Amino acid sequence: MILHELAHARSGDKGNRLNIALFALDPAHYPHLAARVTEERVKELFAHRGCSKVVRHDLPRLHGFNFVLDDVLEGGVNGALNLDGHGKTLSFLLLGMEIEPPPGSGEAR
Amino acid sequence: MLRIGCGSGFSGDRLDAPGPVVAALAASGGPAALMLEVLGERTLALAQGERLKNPEAGYEPMLEPLLRPILATCRAHRIPIVTNGGAANPRAAARAVLRLAKELGLEDLRVAVVEGDDVRGTDALDDLSPWEGEPGAVMEKNRVIAANVYLGAQPIAQALRDGAEVVITGRCSDPALALGPMIAHFGWSEDDWDRLAAGTACGHLLECGSQVTGGYFADPGVKDVEGLDETGFPIAEITEDGGFVITKPEGTGGLVDLRTVKEQLLYEIHDPAAYLTPDVVLDLTGVELEQEGKDRVRVRGCRGKPRPDRLKATVSFPGGWLGEGEISYAGPNARARAELAGRTLLDRARRLGLEGRARLDLIGVASVHEGDSGTLRGHRRDEPDEIRLRFSLATEDRIPAERATREVLALYCCGPAGGGGVRMRVVDRVRTLSFLVPRERVHPVVEILS
Repeated sequence: MILHELAHARSGDKGNRLNIALFALDPAHYPHLAARVTEERVKELFAHRGCSKVVRHDLPRLHGFNFVLDDVLEGGVNGALNLDGHGKTLSFLLLGMEIEPPPGSGEAR
Repeated sequence: MLRIGCGSGFSGDRLDAPGPVVAALAASGGPAALMLEVLGERTLALAQGERLKNPEAGYEPMLEPLLRPILATCRAHRIPIVTNGGAANPRAAARAVLRLAKELGLEDLRVAVVEGDDVRGTDALDDLSPWEGEPGAVMEKNRVIAANVYLGAQPIAQALRDGAEVVITGRCSDPALALGPMIAHFGWSEDDWDRLAAGTACGHLLECGSQVTGGYFADPGVKDVEGLDETGFPIAEITEDGGFVITKPEGTGGLVDLRTVKEQLLYEIHDPAAYLTPDVVLDLTGVELEQEGKDRVRVRGCRGKPRPDRLKATVSFPGGWLGEGEISYAGPNARARAELAGRTLLDRARRLGLEGRARLDLIGVASVHEGDSGTLRGHRRDEPDEIRLRFSLATEDRIPAERATREVLALYCCGPAGGGGVRMRVVDRVRTLSFLVPRERVHPVVEILS
């Protein structure tokens, strides 16, 4: 299963720093996501982008997380060679992360 | 209750968006204001360049087309308009708005300009420290194109108290475009941190226009949105205690629900416990949302802490040149031909001694998620029927960027078989860095022109 089946997300940029806000589609899955979508796994997922640091801020009342990633924009909107210098498409890179199905979901792809 | 509508979320937003918002504000009959956010981090540096070429330019060129259909209605219903469309030249923008008003038969329109954000050539530049997100930033004073401090909501509130019907700013914090009218209307004090925090959160939710009402949200089958061709832009209903509801005009497309509000609440936020603005430090960690009705979400629990001593400044420098070219390969063996074209371009750049950072994209295989190093395409075995190769080179000077780009064109005759659809572009770039400047070095000025 991929994260896209359990969560929705939006990314935003400031300079060379990216944030991705990730929210459980079903609030019941919040603890499952909290245990698995860790700073380490996100850093690994963005390693090819030169990610130097990931900080996760938890927002349990919103059933979500804010990930702040340093250096993944490879120069940011004004310096990047990437077509998407803002990193706007990167929320869907996170949503492509493999994740084990939550307990009781009854199906795995 | 005060209503604040947002008719534009960035420079480049839909020009017909403000219409339904203004109609709804006017129909409500109560006190209301309209904000138009049109200024990006980079927009200001480009505007500064325009102003250098023409002293009456350097403001948002879409300001007039945005205002023309709504200015008369706003005036008739006493709905002040607050916009950062002044960019690098708020005074020229104000003169343009006054000309428009005259043309529309609106006599004696009171247009305020907020200045003081532009700190080029002032002592503010002598006292900068790097922003924590860019710790290595170095200030090269003699290369500065634009240097603007983020002003807050107080000058906007003052302009409104002075009777301005249109307030035009340069750089200010985006939420200030909404917080200013709230301060002017409710008379919140400068250290009423929780109310200022609620107003800032409200402005933050409004500032990107339809991003809170179903824009930039649809994901078919997962998050469906009706009417993306006529998305209603947001309206906030705010009460004196700082409570507010986000909604949108009836009969428009889009939606307002817990998901759209959550996504926008954290948009471009780093630490949700400390969102720094010129007016207050906003803590979002206690926020709770409630769906009060169709397309109505109530936001509670914003907390504020005293405003920071230092303000953020965005400083722009020349950023060298970017040359880029694209060519398509399709059908049998498309991937191998596209990859050969890519290798050939890198070899040509080396042979011609074109120095700079180079990158290849295999659009359709690995592109926007790819890194400059090309790691992903090495792992992906996809063989799509069509691939668009993109070659880009960032250089210090114009000539190497142009020569590199011409090499993509030369693939028509010299490259692998069956390449077509070449497009090329060479642009100069602006590099922006963020710094912090002590608040006492910055002096906002408000003036009403008519």
